[in-house]
Amino acid sequence: MTEIQRPDPDALLAQIRQDEQRKSRGKLRIYFGSAAGVGKTYAMLLAAHKRRLEGVDVLAGIVETHGRSETAALLDGLPLLPAAQIGYRGKHLAEFDLDGALARKPGLILVDELAHSNAPGSRHPKRWQDVEELLAAGIDIYTTLNVQHLESLNDVVGGITGIVVHETLPDTFFDRADEVVMVDTTADELIERLGAGKVYLPTQAEHAAKNFFRKGNLMALRELALRRTADRVENDVQAYRSDRSIGQVWKTGGALLCCIGPHEGAEHVVRSAAQLARQLAVSWHAAYVETPALQRLASSQRERILKAVQLAQELGAQTAVLAEQNTAHALVEYARRNNLSRFVLGQSDVSRWRPKPTLGQTLARLAPDVDRVEVGQARPAQASAASAAAPTWTGPKAGNQWRRYAWAATACAATTLLASALVPHFDLANIVMVFLLSGFIVAAWLGRGPAVLAAFVNVAAFDFFFVPPTLSFAVSDVQYLLTFAVMLIVGLVTGQLTAGLRFQARVAAHREARSRALFEAARDLSNTLTVEQALDVARVVITREFRAEVAIYVLGLDERLHLPEANSGGLDLGTAQWALDHNQPAGLGTDTLAGSNWLYLPLKTTVRSRGVLAVRPNESRYLMVPEQKQQLETFAALTAMALERIHYVNVAQTATLQMESERLRNSLLAALSHDLRTPLAALLGTAETLSTSQPPLSATQREMATSICDMSRRTADMVSKLLDMARLQSGEIRLRTEWQSIEEIIGAALVSARTALGRRPVSVLIDPGVSLVACDAVLIERVLANLLENAGKYTPEQTSVAISVHKTGSELLVSVRDQGFGVPKGQEDLIFEKFTRGNTESATPGVGLGLAICRAIVQAHHGRIWVETAHPAGATFTFSLPLGKPPAIDLTDDAQPNQRDAKA
Amino acid sequence: MMSTPSPVALILEDEREIRTFVRTSLEAEGWQVVEAGTVKQGLVEAGTRRPDLVIADLGLPDGDGVDFIRQLRTWSGVPIIVLSARSREQEKVAALDAGADDYISKPFGVAELLARMRANLRRTRTGRTAGDSVFQFGDVEVDMSARVVRKGGVEIHLTPIEYRLLGVLIGNAGRVLTHPYLLREVWGPSHSQSTHYVRIYMGNLRHKLEDDPAQPKHIVTETGVGYRLLVD
Repeated sequence: MTEIQRPDPDALLAQIRQDEQRKSRGKLRIYFGSAAGVGKTYAMLLAAHKRRLEGVDVLAGIVETHGRSETAALLDGLPLLPAAQIGYRGKHLAEFDLDGALARKPGLILVDELAHSNAPGSRHPKRWQDVEELLAAGIDIYTTLNVQHLESLNDVVGGITGIVVHETLPDTFFDRADEVVMVDTTADELIERLGAGKVYLPTQAEHAAKNFFRKGNLMALRELALRRTADRVENDVQAYRSDRSIGQVWKTGGALLCCIGPHEGAEHVVRSAAQLARQLAVSWHAAYVETPALQRLASSQRERILKAVQLAQELGAQTAVLAEQNTAHALVEYARRNNLSRFVLGQSDVSRWRPKPTLGQTLARLAPDVDRVEVGQARPAQASAASAAAPTWTGPKAGNQWRRYAWAATACAATTLLASALVPHFDLANIVMVFLLSGFIVAAWLGRGPAVLAAFVNVAAFDFFFVPPTLSFAVSDVQYLLTFAVMLIVGLVTGQLTAGLRFQARVAAHREARSRALFEAARDLSNTLTVEQALDVARVVITREFRAEVAIYVLGLDERLHLPEANSGGLDLGTAQWALDHNQPAGLGTDTLAGSNWLYLPLKTTVRSRGVLAVRPNESRYLMVPEQKQQLETFAALTAMALERIHYVNVAQTATLQMESERLRNSLLAALSHDLRTPLAALLGTAETLSTSQPPLSATQREMATSICDMSRRTADMVSKLLDMARLQSGEIRLRTEWQSIEEIIGAALVSARTALGRRPVSVLIDPGVSLVACDAVLIERVLANLLENAGKYTPEQTSVAISVHKTGSELLVSVRDQGFGVPKGQEDLIFEKFTRGNTESATPGVGLGLAICRAIVQAHHGRIWVETAHPAGATFTFSLPLGKPPAIDLTDDAQPNQRDAKA
Repeated sequence: MMSTPSPVALILEDEREIRTFVRTSLEAEGWQVVEAGTVKQGLVEAGTRRPDLVIADLGLPDGDGVDFIRQLRTWSGVPIIVLSARSREQEKVAALDAGADDYISKPFGVAELLARMRANLRRTRTGRTAGDSVFQFGDVEVDMSARVVRKGGVEIHLTPIEYRLLGVLIGNAGRVLTHPYLLREVWGPSHSQSTHYVRIYMGNLRHKLEDDPAQPKHIVTETGVGYRLLVD
């Protein structure tokens, strides 16, 4: 069994998840080519026509014909989506109309040029993001792509052709496409077509483009495209194999760690790592270690590093920024923790004058078991451009810096003065101690730079003022050279150490502040009782922690987003709604509407999103740091949890309130029934007493007394029915279900309906197999009694009434059949409505509630009630009750006949 | 009729109109009537006037009628008839379990009330019928000493439990017996059966003793409350 290569369960799971997602998603087909002019659009249009003939609803979303007549001709006969006009700097730019396409919802849409960047102000910065949304909406898509636009090949193509393409597509998106169709032409043919004017070239870049279309370039591009397609085909084969458990698919545990450094080549390293990870079919991480030295870099440089981190994230890496002293140690520790078995790093510049081990060498020493892949440098052109952005000190920081150096110089001067006062009484060796102390204090107090300054100044001052010959830098005794060296080294080392300690302390303080803020937010949020309180707390905390403007949209009872406080500038409800609907962040720093000043985070909980948190940081860079983003997401989660808790508290309160009002209604009904019945009971009793009183009344008086009796009886009956109905309608009827004998219930119902039935003979027929049925006997008796009373009311005297009980499958059917006039045709359902009577003109008393009550009771038992015309005359009312599984009856203790018992 | 002193009835009811017509009807039938409007007053009257029968309403201004019944039962076995609204079966069961003998639903007819009162009074006046050797209802004859049951002169075979059940019904003829009471009396205090056992055995008894078991004349169901053996 173990010898059979089983697919990795994780891979299978991922496959299943993907399949499931794909079921509802649209299918993406990419027409992939090596360069413009190979005929991708043409091939796409041909295929679209074919699909259209198959009956698919095809829509041309956006197709660039670039004036090519053959291509344009193919557009005929395809419905065209009008372009959206996007206003930008006074111009109108025609763009693909995403909302129009979503509203139209065709079966298949053609969207040319996948890597296209949308005009500023569009929903997504990139067209592929539009495509993503269309796919999520379940629309199939045909699109086109050139190899140079693939993110991971961007450098390579740039290196080959000398033209850097800015419109790129993440490889992950390309890899997720359902189909890739390679559209291939030889380089010669392409050049020929270019010569014939069949290849579109933007006029402004004509010269560059001509350079681009050199045979060497085209051949290289073609090779790249073919190789990339081959990679994909192999992936498809692997997917196929994993489907059929043919062989092992993914290697486990071969994951990569891409080490992002401060050097210019970082992005290149990231791209290479992504490519490598894809080729090896392994997951990968990217980490950047922020050492104290790197912390002091200029903000433009730091931003570039963070950009590399973000690029890695986009290319599918799990990213981390580690604040540590030692880069190599941090990386090794991270790799060990995450079980990563390969480092991918850029080549470090080997310093000529300081033979320091490179990062690669250090890593090799620390973790000899982990492979290292060193990536070569990117194009030199890029390096020179990047080096222009040299570190520069910014204004306010610089001022502060100079003051610290001035303080250091002052400290040195003071030390010299103090030393000169001490010289007459102490040995020079002890004077050195004073200088050392001063150097140490400066380091501890002012940091590394001033410490270095102090170290040098102290040495100089000591030499100049105290070492003979004094007031000269010359040294008579060689011994002092050692003193100078020790002084200098101690000063420098102290400075270095204190600076490190300060950095560590600062990091620790940061971390503490972070956890503290989290703890406080969690505590404050858990104390809130209303949505408003929770929002206030969240707003205050996030504003403070992220130095940002904060607004929170809440999902109201109407399922729409509400902004509780006055709208501050730039907020967009549409974006917030998008974030909520897609359960994804939107706006600043995300893939969706990145141009916005605000970042919109959905407030996700386990059940659903309860709102959207909108944040506008004072410095957008601040939110680009993954830790900060994580922290913000944690805050959002805390807020969401608080909102959810409050929501459920409210739900529980509403339920309690409902219960209370239910109880109130019930007691009201009880009071009403008591207050109505008591006078009726008195009326009835008094009239009855009157009619039988002694001495006997006259015949007329007697008759009147009897009619009072009848009327009050009838009124009492009506009141009972109205109260029954009110009780049944006041909410759920609580059934007291027990295993009942239907025979017994029929007997009881016949007793209650005896008066109404008069002298009509009643026959009862119960199937022998019928035993117990689960129901509320009181209510079912009411149903039967009402049906029998109706039979008494609406049929002529002397006709008979028949009750029968059958068992059919899972139901018990109880029928009451009379021989009256039947129910008017077409009214079979109507008579079960409230206040409806079969014959409106009739003098028969009643309010038409009897059958409505019957239906309510039967439905509460999950049964049905209906009426049929009986033959030869009359109506049959039938109701059903679910039979369920009757309980077993144990008769063992009653097995002996009575006689035996008698003798005992 | 002259030899027996006129029976005394206590009416515990807070509605004056109901008390008035009940009193009028009862007095016409030869009863002496004592009225009470509250639980406290009712207990005082019951103690001092020693009534032969009590009619008690369940909703009273100073307490629950069930409490009154419970307290009265601690020292008196006088028959108690409860007045209660329809659709309050649990209330009736509670009252019967507390010691009431019978109930009548409001609004009620005077004739029905008088019939119930007579039946209950007769039961107490003649003492426990279970002691008599032969008991009769309809065409059914039960010889208690010989443990023989006949219907229309033909001997009927009953199982031990059926016989015990019939015995309990006869012993309390006219009274409403609740399901828990019957389970306790027939299956013993430690019974583990559910109420549907009572229903099954009651159905068996009806099939053996009634002419039409679906329209019984003697073993009558009080839906949601229990059973009653009607003798006449």
